[in-house]
Amino acid sequence: MAEGSGDVREVARVTIRFAGDSGDGSQLAGQQFTNTAAIFGNDVSTVPDYPAEIRAPAGSLAGVSSFQVSFSSHEIYTAGDNPDVLVAMNPAALKTNLPDLPKGSLIIINADEFTEANFRKAAYEGDPREDGMLAGFRVIQVPITSMNARALKESGLPQRQISRSKNLFALGVMFWLYERSLEPTLNWIDSKFAKNPQVAEANKTTLKAGFYFGETAELFAEHYRVPKANPQPGKYRSITGNEATALGFLAASQLLKKPLFYASYPITPASDILAELAKYKSFGVKTMQTEDELAAIGAAIGASFGGALGLTGTSGPGLALKSEAIGLAVMAELPVVIANVQRSGPSTGMPSKTEQADLLQAMFGRNGESPLAVVAPATPAECFDMAIEAFRIATKFMVPTIFLSDGHLGSGSEPWRIPAIKDLPSMEVHHPTDPETFEPYQRDETTLARPWAVPGMPGLEHRIGGLEKSDITGDVRYDAENHERMTHLRAEKVERIADDIPELKVDGEPSGELLVLGWGSTYGAIISAVYQAQADGLSVSAAHLRYLNPFPKNLGTVLSQFERVLIPEMNLGQLLLLIRARYLVDAEGLNRVTGRPMKTADVAAKIRTLVRRKVSVA
Amino acid sequence: MTTADQPIKLARKDFVSDQEVRWCPGCGDYSILAQTQKLMPELNIPRENIVFISGIGCNSRLPYYMNTYGFHSIHGRAPTLATGLKAARPDLSVWVITGDGDGLSIGGNHLLHIMRRNVDVVIVLFNNRIYGLTKGQYSPTSEQGKVTKTSPVGSIDYPLNPCSFALGAGATFVARSLDIDTHHLVTTLERASQHKGTSFVEVMQNCNVYNDGAYKEFADKAVRPDRMIEVEHGNPLIFGKERNRGFRLNGTVPEILDFANGASADDALVHDETLEDPTIATILARMDYPELPVAMGVLRAFERPTYDAMMEDQIQEVIRQEGAGDLEALLNEGDAWVVE
Repeated sequence: MAEGSGDVREVARVTIRFAGDSGDGSQLAGQQFTNTAAIFGNDVSTVPDYPAEIRAPAGSLAGVSSFQVSFSSHEIYTAGDNPDVLVAMNPAALKTNLPDLPKGSLIIINADEFTEANFRKAAYEGDPREDGMLAGFRVIQVPITSMNARALKESGLPQRQISRSKNLFALGVMFWLYERSLEPTLNWIDSKFAKNPQVAEANKTTLKAGFYFGETAELFAEHYRVPKANPQPGKYRSITGNEATALGFLAASQLLKKPLFYASYPITPASDILAELAKYKSFGVKTMQTEDELAAIGAAIGASFGGALGLTGTSGPGLALKSEAIGLAVMAELPVVIANVQRSGPSTGMPSKTEQADLLQAMFGRNGESPLAVVAPATPAECFDMAIEAFRIATKFMVPTIFLSDGHLGSGSEPWRIPAIKDLPSMEVHHPTDPETFEPYQRDETTLARPWAVPGMPGLEHRIGGLEKSDITGDVRYDAENHERMTHLRAEKVERIADDIPELKVDGEPSGELLVLGWGSTYGAIISAVYQAQADGLSVSAAHLRYLNPFPKNLGTVLSQFERVLIPEMNLGQLLLLIRARYLVDAEGLNRVTGRPMKTADVAAKIRTLVRRKVSVA
Repeated sequence: MTTADQPIKLARKDFVSDQEVRWCPGCGDYSILAQTQKLMPELNIPRENIVFISGIGCNSRLPYYMNTYGFHSIHGRAPTLATGLKAARPDLSVWVITGDGDGLSIGGNHLLHIMRRNVDVVIVLFNNRIYGLTKGQYSPTSEQGKVTKTSPVGSIDYPLNPCSFALGAGATFVARSLDIDTHHLVTTLERASQHKGTSFVEVMQNCNVYNDGAYKEFADKAVRPDRMIEVEHGNPLIFGKERNRGFRLNGTVPEILDFANGASADDALVHDETLEDPTIATILARMDYPELPVAMGVLRAFERPTYDAMMEDQIQEVIRQEGAGDLEALLNEGDAWVVE
């Protein structure tokens, strides 16, 4: 191995997983690597994986946190099924991540942490490096902890502080291995630790030390180059789904010229949205951390009644708690938006793991006939557009709208082409002012929306609430004929949203043997698998639903053009149930509930069991 | 937000909606509604800037009968809607109508937190010590041993004292009044409406169908002077038909003074509603017949910044420091790169 460390090999795509104790800084190292790759011009996609416990015991299996980044010279849609490279900061990180590594993968081990004590914490019988389980992998041992300590011996920092920098040493090694510039991270360190130059200097020193170690230690046979991708021209930044969600809601507020009011109770993985929106005070955004989930939706409804954009956000268990009040918003016909960043359930489930099993809860999880709009972004960056859509629909149709994201979208990141303000959709709201023509439940002829009359307007004083409303006047009314009419009106109003949303697009041929239909964060896995299958000449197309209630108008037609329909979901078949029920299509599911993102390989394998015929090639 | 250019004096009838009132004949709620409607014109707030928000229960029908903006929400959640509304629209006068079941049972958490935050709203809690709308089950304020449909051999629950709860939660205005004492009621509601911050008013209210005579023992006109004590800021705490008894504290222990036995009005505690420390107000709130007279009136009226005002102030302060937000600049923040 001593020779040829200068050799550079060009590869199209690499997936690296940084793994260590949750205090080891794997998230930070991964995030910096991602930014650097993105700034260089690669397409990137990431998925963090962290324990629900803030700091499980050091060195334990439960305490392992990881960050996976895939970067590529071509467009990519997922953070990769399996890593090509694992950086294992301790034995526990090796043990929990080894099952995901294909043979031949590169494993970089922090040799200093491979001690008897740490083997015990990781429940290894002995040294995993010596019992043959790493056979077939390329293992490189780097004494990261001690090299970092040596690099910072003169820094004057206490031992504890020094130890916290070792992730940057490891990052430096990875930057060398993949021929990356240190500049973006050096700049980041300078701004992050502007108030603490001693720490900034130490972090920069160890980052460079890692890089030079890679260059001179001759441990690596070669290093790698992943050329630039060729993305659409424009200005980009890396963004997580939750950040994009917060920005999208803010943009909706600016576009509608209505103040945003966000009420939320902290819950993984949705809390970031509250933290982000709380920063936007200069935009007049009001945020409230409420006493519970019920209060959050209640406050959002109150704000909405007052003419603000009432918004609440949560994850599955919180959506369950909000159900009754969402029903109130259905009855009161107020434009509240509820963001649900789904996580594994039922009950508390696996808070930091992803899933898509709240679709039916979003659709039907309320008492009575309680229709509302449901939208779902497919990628982290798309959270921005669908957040705007949620408020566009809610205000135009005076209907509560659920925005269904998930943990994978919320904490995953990808490059986002920053839109110009002028390219954002134009939207407006109308509040009635004329007492002569005002009736609280008099509907717009096209949308069936009732007027959004706001306190402060003289002559429009009226009372609304959860009791059944009389058509037009909105007075309390219990008679049979009125209740049936109102139930149908509420349903019809939601159906009419279909006239106001884009038709479903098919990726690939508009007809053929198999359609792979999806929604939400499975997009990347589905589209990657479908493109592979298409490249192999199989008659497969993909379509991805961003609007789940109502469905796009052409969905039935699209489905009818294919012999078979496959619906991959991270649940036991919830969209599948809706599609089968509504369109009487004999669709089948690919259902995974691992708490992890859908894998391209799983979708690809399923496609191959369903499609045998090749498209006749001209 | 008074419309200064149109100082049209409204009358009580302007606050009466076109909806037929549907409480049982003889219900104490009629009195509370009447006093509320009577008070409204005195507030000099345009009708369109007043919002009544309620939960569920007989009391919570009240917004339908007020010709203002109104929201009859769901059980226990009125304080949450009120908080969101007031935070979004500090210009409005927001009233919460709730009851002992709505506010203290299913909605206890929200009632606690709206008062803790000092949101500038008036909360009127109708306390009839029973579930009326569901036809007669014991409530969190029902006395222990109460026999109802769901407690056939007597309730084993210890009751909650609404004013003590409010004081414990940090409410800055806490008062107690009585449905049948209309003058006291309207005066108390007026005081509540003038207070900046959460005003909590417990109205002891009779349910003549499911809990008739709920307060009869001490609130009946004939016995009231001897069994209740009206607290008034700056005045000594004196009661009795003959104004011949007083109240004072021996440490934290309440003592009744009998003026026939050498004590005088000068020995009685002078009520100070403005104290920041809620201890004395809490002692007053918790006095109960027959051991002690039941206190009514304003127990506490202490001002501090309100939630809605502080929320608005923070926004204005950030705008003063950073300027109004620029969406384009925000979207372009962070490590961005350009693809040619």
